[in-house]
Amino acid sequence: MNAMMQTWAKIGVISDIPARGARCIKFGEMTVAVFRTSDDRVFALEDKCPHKNGPLSQGIIHDGCVTCPLHNWVISLETGKAQGADEGETKSFPIKLDGEDILLGVGG
Amino acid sequence: MADKQKLVIIGNGMAPGRMLEYLFEIDADAYDITIFNAEPRVNYNRLMLSPVLSGEKAYEDIITHDDKWYEDNAVTLHKSAPVSEIDRVRKIVTSENGLTADYDKLVIATGSNPFIIPLPGHDLDGVLTYRDLDDVECMIEVAQKKGRAVVIGGGLLGLEAAAGLRMQGMDVTVLHLMPTLMERQLDPAAGYLLKNAFDDLGIDVITEASTKQILGHDGEVVGVELEDGTRIDACMVVMAVGIRPSADLAKEAGLETGRGIIVSDDMRTSDPDVFSLGECAEHRGMCYGLVAPLYDMAKVIARQLVGDAAAAYTGSVTATKLKVTGIDLYSAGDFAEADDREEIVLRDAAAGVYKRLALKDDKIIGAVLYGDTADGPWFFDMLKKETDVSEMRETLIFGQAYQGGAALDPSAAVAALPDDAEICGCNGICKGTITNAIQSKGLTGLDDVRAHTKASASCGTCTGLVEQLLGLTLGDAYNPSAVSAMCGCTELGHSEVRRLIKAKELKSIPAVMQELEWTTSCGCAKCRPALNYYLVCDWPDEYADDYQSRFINERVHANIQKDGTYSVVPRMWGGMTSSFELRAIADVVDKFEIPAVKVTGGQRIDMLGIKKEDLPSVWKDLGEAGFVSGQAYAKGLRTVKTCVGTDWCRFGTQDSTGLGIELEKFMWGSWTPAKLKMAVSGCPRNCSEATCKDIGIICVDSGYEIHFAGAAGLDIKGTEILGNVKTEAEVKEHVVALAQMYREQGWYLERIYKWAKRIGVDEIRRQIMDDKAMREAYFERFVFSQKFAQVDPWSERVSGKDKHEFKPMATLSLEAAE
Repeated sequence: MNAMMQTWAKIGVISDIPARGARCIKFGEMTVAVFRTSDDRVFALEDKCPHKNGPLSQGIIHDGCVTCPLHNWVISLETGKAQGADEGETKSFPIKLDGEDILLGVGG
Repeated sequence: MADKQKLVIIGNGMAPGRMLEYLFEIDADAYDITIFNAEPRVNYNRLMLSPVLSGEKAYEDIITHDDKWYEDNAVTLHKSAPVSEIDRVRKIVTSENGLTADYDKLVIATGSNPFIIPLPGHDLDGVLTYRDLDDVECMIEVAQKKGRAVVIGGGLLGLEAAAGLRMQGMDVTVLHLMPTLMERQLDPAAGYLLKNAFDDLGIDVITEASTKQILGHDGEVVGVELEDGTRIDACMVVMAVGIRPSADLAKEAGLETGRGIIVSDDMRTSDPDVFSLGECAEHRGMCYGLVAPLYDMAKVIARQLVGDAAAAYTGSVTATKLKVTGIDLYSAGDFAEADDREEIVLRDAAAGVYKRLALKDDKIIGAVLYGDTADGPWFFDMLKKETDVSEMRETLIFGQAYQGGAALDPSAAVAALPDDAEICGCNGICKGTITNAIQSKGLTGLDDVRAHTKASASCGTCTGLVEQLLGLTLGDAYNPSAVSAMCGCTELGHSEVRRLIKAKELKSIPAVMQELEWTTSCGCAKCRPALNYYLVCDWPDEYADDYQSRFINERVHANIQKDGTYSVVPRMWGGMTSSFELRAIADVVDKFEIPAVKVTGGQRIDMLGIKKEDLPSVWKDLGEAGFVSGQAYAKGLRTVKTCVGTDWCRFGTQDSTGLGIELEKFMWGSWTPAKLKMAVSGCPRNCSEATCKDIGIICVDSGYEIHFAGAAGLDIKGTEILGNVKTEAEVKEHVVALAQMYREQGWYLERIYKWAKRIGVDEIRRQIMDDKAMREAYFERFVFSQKFAQVDPWSERVSGKDKHEFKPMATLSLEAAE
């Protein structure tokens, strides 16, 4: 149901984000990190590591994951789940590209 | 869902925490669970309070279950909610703040209260106990006043408190009523050794000390008076004379109590729907204050809760280990002297070792080990199993390695341990759990074991045992000294990668990954920063620095803090500053409302808590005052600490300040494998502490002594002497050449002392001191590299570089989300 009712907001264009980099979106009280991988896919996660709330947007991005800058947890950009032996999950948001435009799903 | 049974737990210490872990292992869905915790926090490892007090660990490091754990397991946790009433007829518990919960099964785990001797003055401010984190926080706060603390009680807790307060910088006196310390766990000989060890820590121990009163002034502690009239000034008194099971609540609810809450072997109280465990429980007349019995009880309750009526607790024999850094002490069982007992004693005065076993009917009934406690678990295991030791009596005291005629192989001892032998005392992890995890999860190294089992992940004293288990379980497949790969993306080690980057002239990260057959598409957070450094170092003019492969601190040229804000440290050349600079810093602090300003160990000023968006404006203002980045975030040249030298000091032999400033101005901006900290001291009194730096210079009458490879962080190590030179110009040439050699050969994140250990100090001396051509070549390459490196990153960013880093891409209003 959500998917059908999804509202998309344009938040920028892909060149706003460096490849293998991230930018932040202020979304009310929340900060959302928008990631761009080396093959130009985009992902959106809440900017909070499930471990100790480290800002994931400041991490190193590699192979569909980001490594948190505080204690090196590795978080999947697609699912928000911690990788390896660590357990935890950060909130992920629907996001898509429309040509150059980045659209963030902001709810239905 | 509706008929799921309700389990209520009163208390949230280690015992109920462990009980829930066992319960979830058997059946995660058996109960709806509600916990009432009197403390305002989650479950943490109380055994680790001592390292928190001493500052070796933080509260965050000792959390066992974080908030998320309760959420994930659907456990309702009421914090700061001490229970005031149990209504066993209606099966409802009520907390002081009015929360209620009804239960089908109730577990009481109220723990214990510290015993307070009702001395005159016991209620003064500054009289503390040592039980939980609140106590530790109080102690740390009072410890800031420095001064003297008096600890009443020379048992395990009292001694750990004393050592912790000493490490917090206080003077400490321990008062103990009995003639020797820890008399319940130690015999007089070991107590004597322990007292000596405390003397060495600078802690005064007074035995047979009977306290008459605690002295106060205006409601605060000012000292302690003993029965013999001795007065000791103190701003803190810690009472650590024992604990009393906390059984009042159960008693008021009409449950049978003695010293504690009485439970039978099935851990049920006199009400079959109410269990109790931990320090508040009394089983067969015993109340336990150590962790191992609590875990045994936890296991029994978990099984009883899922209907296993056969699960029974039959009591525990306990072993004790003192957690004070530098003191090895182990005690188990009973060792009082009696006619029907024999003893075996081993003393080695030079090594400070004392071991004593008490035997009865050819079985070990007690063990005290001091100085060398490696065989503790082995003795304890035989004690618990009542093993007949008559066959090995002659060599028993020498330990497990001497048994069975086998060679002195420590791993044989570990191999011989049974699966239920405890390896990690902090986390209660047995040998079998570790070996199973190694086999079933395919673990290959210490870090894997730590991640999966938590063994060796707390205090680390069992690291050696865990490594031996890895060796035993994996056989030849475990090779801790094998060339370890840079990371999971390649099989090559750092040295091979560095060599191949030069040999194959690889000049970009994709080129390295392609040519050296990386197994991942774009590396990982371990190899990318390493490769980026190697390429910057080897091809300074051709390689384009890849900012996305730098750790955040180096990407934004500031230090990320735990709350996501940043700290900024401008350069103060050689630690010299001026009223103009200080005024500029003060203005920046006011303008940006910077919450904390700190003088660093490297003689400069750190401004902490700056919002990322503000960084460019902060730098702009600092830049206008002439400041450049101090690179306090860099794997690169950090500081050159100096003393005032011949400019001011009556002992100075050379211009140490001037030399330090010259070196810093020459070398700033250079990237190195790991951080590089330097110092120049004007005379051998060494006020700038040059002999524990990465590179240090000691000025002497005849010239300069160049030191390197010191460490004063995780490891502590004095420097090695590279050699002596006569002039400042020579110092510069040698130091720069040394730095360049390290830059070219070091592995990423390898400090200079580790590099020197790997390469060999003699080889480094040969290349830098003896081989003039080589030294000059290193020097030239450093100078060339600096042409590209000495650009102030702050002014670059003030002029607009990497603007995207410091601004949000978009701000969505909340309406957009509705």
